[in-house]
Order: sequence, then structure tokens, then C-alpha cells
Amino acid sequence: MKKSKIEQIIHQDTVLKQALNDPRITRRDFLAFAGAMGLSATMGSALWSGRALAAGPTRGGHMVSGLNGANTSDSLDSGLFIDTFMICVSRAFRDSLVDVAQDNSMEPALAESWEASPDAKVWRFNIRQGVEFHNGKSLTTDDVVASINMHRGEDTTSYAKGVFSGITDVRVDGNTVIVELADGNADCPALFGDYHFNIVPAKDGVADVLSPHGTGPYLLKEYDPGVKTTLDRNPNAWHGDGVAHADSHEVIAILDDTARQSALISGSVDVINRPALKGIARLKKVKGINIVDVPSNLAFTHPMRMDVAPFDNMDFRTALKLSTPRQEFIDKVLFGYGAIGNDQPLGPQFTSYNPDLKVDYDLDKAKHHLKKAGLEGVKIDLSASDTSYGGAMDAAQIFQSHWGKVGVNVNIIKEPQDGYWNNVWNVKPFCTCYWGARPVEDMILSIAYLSDSPWNDTVIKNAKVDELVVSARGELDKKKRIAMYQEVQQIISAEGGTIVPAFGTDVAATQDTIGVADQIGGGWEMDGGHYLKRWWKA
Amino acid sequence: MNKILLMILQRFGLGLLTLFVVSVIIFIGVEFLPGDIAEALLGQGASPENVAALRKKLGLDVPAHTRYVNWWLNVIQGDFGTSLANGRDIAELIRVRLANTLFLAVVAASVSVPLAILFGILAALYRNSLYDRSVNIITLGAVSAPEFLVAYVLILYFSVTLGWFPSLSNVDADTSFFERLHRVTLPAVTLTGVILAYMMRMVRASIINLLASAYIEMAHLKGMPKLRVIIRHALPNAWAPIANIIAISLAYLVVGVVVVEVVFIYPGLGQLMVDSVSTRDIPVVQACSMIFAGTYILLNLTADIVSICTNPRLLHPK
Repeated sequence: MKKSKIEQIIHQDTVLKQALNDPRITRRDFLAFAGAMGLSATMGSALWSGRALAAGPTRGGHMVSGLNGANTSDSLDSGLFIDTFMICVSRAFRDSLVDVAQDNSMEPALAESWEASPDAKVWRFNIRQGVEFHNGKSLTTDDVVASINMHRGEDTTSYAKGVFSGITDVRVDGNTVIVELADGNADCPALFGDYHFNIVPAKDGVADVLSPHGTGPYLLKEYDPGVKTTLDRNPNAWHGDGVAHADSHEVIAILDDTARQSALISGSVDVINRPALKGIARLKKVKGINIVDVPSNLAFTHPMRMDVAPFDNMDFRTALKLSTPRQEFIDKVLFGYGAIGNDQPLGPQFTSYNPDLKVDYDLDKAKHHLKKAGLEGVKIDLSASDTSYGGAMDAAQIFQSHWGKVGVNVNIIKEPQDGYWNNVWNVKPFCTCYWGARPVEDMILSIAYLSDSPWNDTVIKNAKVDELVVSARGELDKKKRIAMYQEVQQIISAEGGTIVPAFGTDVAATQDTIGVADQIGGGWEMDGGHYLKRWWKA
Repeated sequence: MNKILLMILQRFGLGLLTLFVVSVIIFIGVEFLPGDIAEALLGQGASPENVAALRKKLGLDVPAHTRYVNWWLNVIQGDFGTSLANGRDIAELIRVRLANTLFLAVVAASVSVPLAILFGILAALYRNSLYDRSVNIITLGAVSAPEFLVAYVLILYFSVTLGWFPSLSNVDADTSFFERLHRVTLPAVTLTGVILAYMMRMVRASIINLLASAYIEMAHLKGMPKLRVIIRHALPNAWAPIANIIAISLAYLVVGVVVVEVVFIYPGLGQLMVDSVSTRDIPVVQACSMIFAGTYILLNLTADIVSICTNPRLLHPK
């Protein structure tokens, strides 16, 4: 290439960058300009989309979101949160002790710092000073203790009861809250970043869960469950300039997929969650719309109860695993938005995830195992419902055709949506299911993969797994813990009773004026539920 | 006249009885659904202790018949109670949403009822003409297409492509009257499409039915213009069936618009009822169904009164 040509390209590049950073230039101007410089419209558009991001967070503006995951029965009681709308709203007007940062590490929030005793049984959280609730009340250790205790005890209604059941005592020492655990738990701080765990003001020593006053960077202005919530900037926030970029927010509940999408396309909202994956290829082509996707630890599981024939036969389970079409599942059920799974519940976002652990699609081997089990031509029932995850009925049919190839006849039972989690899951021998992402390995393993776990949906009773999970919990040496968790993954994948064809991806769609950091948090969709604070409007 | 008053009172009493029966049926129906509110709220995360704690907190550990009787005792005193799901006052919850539902219903009705009568009269007047056929095809086409499809098509053209109307009809207490009107345009048009055909065809059919009568023939013979024959002679005798179909259509506008509410994100009663059924929030379901049943009863009563008052034979029975 001649020198002059190279210079010309460098010059073009500089001019484009200047144009891109010039706040006076609109998208239309830029595209025309880029076209004049010889760039295709797609390239120009791609560059422009990068602008909101490249310029860094901008302060100000009014952001409107349309979210699925809301219900008229929603409540401000964080112990009852189950879906995205309330989780995001609560994370905007309240704080936790600890936040899961965008790189999935634990970040100080209302706890400025914390330290553990060597056996990881006693944890000291130093509470941030000078923080006020929106009604002017100062944050005290009493509020923190009450907020922890609302998830503990016999009569708590909190869904996070299981998460906090390991706590034996909570007490105060000056500005420090001391939490004592029954067994060592190196992941203890993560419990205090759980979305159920928000710090609410205490009233007479009891957490006032329905209080609209939090310590968060936004004030809860208007709150109509299942309809709409508006938030205004908290002028008295302790958070500094790093978060809460938009001046105000309007969050609208839009449960209908098409309505959410048309609201985005017509410009009525800036951000939507869960765009329908069926139409996402077309949504991508709409000018001015960005798709934000983050790999998640959401696992699509298919638990077999290992105490029921034929699922009690390991060769039979192996045969099913080897004939499960994982890529096809991702392509057809998840429309490409997923990562291949390996029949254990810990997803690729965990540091302990072992990418080398794979379950191949091998029909010959599968046939061999089925023969060894003596179960050729066996008939099994698979209970499925789209309640377990969107597309579960389609997935069941895909499995049916592939498992049929090795000689397993699957009868798909379409279960009613109502009562699925009570009457089917944990009851029927084989069903479709999902496990939402949890911030730490132990939260999944302890509640579902120990012999005495409350939700042991595969009825796994493996002494080695029990031992590894319990000792990993109290192990403060990171390397050792990772090795232990990898061994657990290996055992569950090979011997366990669940088929995990894939891990999910959290997908959102935004106007290209919405800025999103390069790396965004997992743990829950919408940047771990923190997007109202973390995303900005350029 | 006293007879009418007596009849109204009688009907009113029967209406109250119907309400009572409806409330029993709804209560039993919701009780029969698998799972209760505690299980429905907890979802996949339900553990036996959680469920038990939540039931106790919500007062669901007492037997169903006791809960039902308590509910009635409170309602008679005007207290609809609080939502089991989030403890909100049901009267307050329903007041706002009922106002929204009625607003949309009134807008849709004030467009569709006059249109239906006008189209119907014209169709009867120019029976079997090109106009008659095309208005029939169009309205029947609109009623045959599912509401959500009509709604999506309207959204596609009028909000995404042309940008005239918002695709979200979210209104709140601060929305001004004209802004409200602007936002409910698309849902109101959708609903008009749904109910127009029934009413229009009923108007047409009842008028045509009368046109064969001797007294209409007499009017023709004495040289009255066609339109005058219909409006002066046929229409007054056709009010009874028309009033009935209008009443049913209006009732539909109040109780049956959940699909339109979902598509346009309109905060009305339908969505509240559906959400409450899915979470087994019995007090809210009961309150909504009382309103819905009450709407039907009142509108039917009105239709009956109208048909009696416009029919001398019924007004002065021998």
C-alpha cells in the first residue's frame, strides 16, 4: 500500500473520531458524513452505536424502561421479590450491604469493608457512616440488624430464608455488625448482595419492609404495582458520581412481548428487557436499536428423580445425556442466545467453571450405555410446560426425536401452568425446570445437590459431593475451593440426575442513545438488577 | 307506572341474589384451582416452612367457609379488605382501575353506538346494495379478526410507522383529559371494531324485520319517504332488541377487554383480575367479579326497562 493511501486512511479515521465525539452532531449527520467518507451505512451505524459507549457515562436525562417481570400483586417487601421489575426498582432506591459489581466481584455498598475470622464463621461488617434514608433518618446498625433478621426465624415469610438459615447470631459492636454462622462460609458477603436483602429502616426494632424510604441514589416518587414506578435523583445520595447517571426514571410494566417491542421501536421507551427471541433477528435490523446480551448462569435443567426407575440406572442417565442435542437446543429453543451446558448446574460465569468438562453428542456410545442398562425400547414420561422456561415444550419434542434414535421412547406430558412448581416439579420423575442464576456456587449446591437439601430435585445422595460442598463452603483459600467445586461439577455431570443442555443469556434491547458499560453484571438480568443506576442516556 | 317500579325493584332483588350466587361460585372456583396464594407467590422457591408461614400471615389457615362468611360480613359494611398479595386496600386499588376501564368503555361506546345505529339504519335502507354488502363485510371482518391482531396492526401503522398515536396507553392520575383521549384512541378503535358488527347487524335485522309489517306498507303506500318510514315508524318498534345488544356490548366493554389492556398496557380492571387469579388473591378476584357481575346485571336491567318503556303492549299489559 502506498504511503499516501495509508495517510488518507489515518486522516479519515481521525476526522470520523472527531465527528463521533462532537456532541453537536446527530446520528443522521454522522451517517451522512460517514457515507461521504466512503463508509457503508452499516459501518457508520455501528460506529455511531459505539458513541454512547465510547463517550463514557453522561449525567442527566430521563430514562424510560418497559420491563417484563411485574405483577399487580408486587409488593415493596423485598423478602417477597421474585422478578425483575421490583428487583431493579428496589436496587435503585435502596441499597444492600454488598453489591455484586459489573465484573461479578463483591463491592462495598452500605458495608464499607468486612473481614472474616480464620474459620470463616464470624464476619464483621463495618457500616458506612453519615448515610441517611430518604426521610432524613440516619442509617444505624439497628436498621442493618433488623434488615438481616427479617429473613431469619420461624415466622419469616422471606423467600431468602434458606439463604440466611446458616446465620446463628447477629450483633452490634460500635459501627460494626457481627454475623455468626453455624458453619464457615467463605461466600458470606455474597449473601448480603442477594436481591432480597435490601437495607430498610427499622421501626421499633423491626424492619419496616413496606417503607418507601431507602438509602439508594433515587427517591421512590410514584409506585403503582404492576403498572408504573417513577424515580427521581436523591440529592442527598452517598454514592458519588460513579452511579445514578440519569436524573429521573420511569419504569413501566409491559408484560406483552409485542407491546414491549413496539414501545421500543416507536421510541416510547429507551430500554426493554427480554425481547422475544423469536423476532430478535429482525429487531436487530431496526435502525437505532441495540441488543445487549450477557451470558448468565441461568441453567435449563431437566431433573430426573434418581430414586425412580429407570432413572435410578446410571447407564440409562448417561445414555440420555449422550444423546441430548445441545447445539440444536441453543439454536432452536434459545435462538442462539445460550452457552452449551454440561449436565451440572454451575454456569460459565462462575470462576470455578470448568470449560473442559464437556458431554459429547455420541449416539453410538449412548446406545452402548442403554444396552448395558438393558433398557432398549424403554418408555419414559417427560413432564413439560412453558412455565418452566419459554420453549420447554419445543425442547421436549427435540429431545423426544433424538432420544428416540437410541431407543428411548419419550411420552411428552403437557402439564398445566398453574401449580407446576407444586404438583410437577419435585413430584414427577422427569420434568423440565430452570434454576435462576445465584451469585455463588454454594447457593445452588447447598439447596439442591446435598443429600438433605430442601429442593434436591434429582434426589442425589452422593457422599463425596456432600463432603466437598461442605468443606468448600468454609475454605478461604480460593485455589483449593475452585478445585473442590470443579470436582463437584465433574461428579454431578457424570453421575447426577439432571440434563443441562445449555446455560442462558440475559437479553435486553435499548435505543442506541443508551450507554452500557463494556462488561455488565450477571447474577440477574438487567446488569444484576442494577441497570437503573449503572446505564446512562447519551 | 307503579308496575314498572315494582318490576325494577323485583329485578334489583334478583340481581342481588345473582351477585350472591356469583360470589359463591367464584370463591369455590378459586378454591378449586391448584395451589393457593402462598404457593403461587413463592413459585419454584416454595419450601414447606415458607408456605406455612405465609399462609398464617395471610390468615389462610382458617377453613374456607369461615373466610367466605367473614368476607361477606365485611363487604356488607363496605369493606372489601386488603389484597393478600401486597396488603393494599382493595377499594383504593379498584377505584383507579375501574375509572380507567369505564373511561375506555365510554370512549369506545360513544364512538361505536352512534356509528352502529347509523350504519344499521343505512344498511336497512339500502338493503342488498353495494353499501350494505361492503359495510357488512368490513365490520364482520373486523369482528372476526382476533382483538390482539387488530391491535397489533393498528400499532404497526399508527404508532410505529406514522407515529400519530402512542403504542402505550399508560395513563395515571396526572394525565389530562385530552392526553387521555389521545392515548386511548387506538384501544378504543380496536374495541369499536370488535363490537360494531354485532350492534350494526342487530339494528339492520330488527328494522328489516319490521319493514315487512302491514303498518310499514301502509306508510309506504301513503307516500312517505323511505328514511322517514324507518326513523318514524320502524325504529321506535325496534328499540327493544337494539337496547339489548347495546347493553351486552357495553357490558363486554367493561368486563372483556383484558386482551386490549395487555396489548396497550392500559391499567384497567381486566389485567388486575387476571393477575389476581394467577396469584390466587381471592379478595381481589371477588371484588372484581362483583363489579363485573354487577355491570352485567345493571346493564341488562336497563335494557329491559328500555324495551318495556318503548313497547306500549308491555307497558300496559291487559
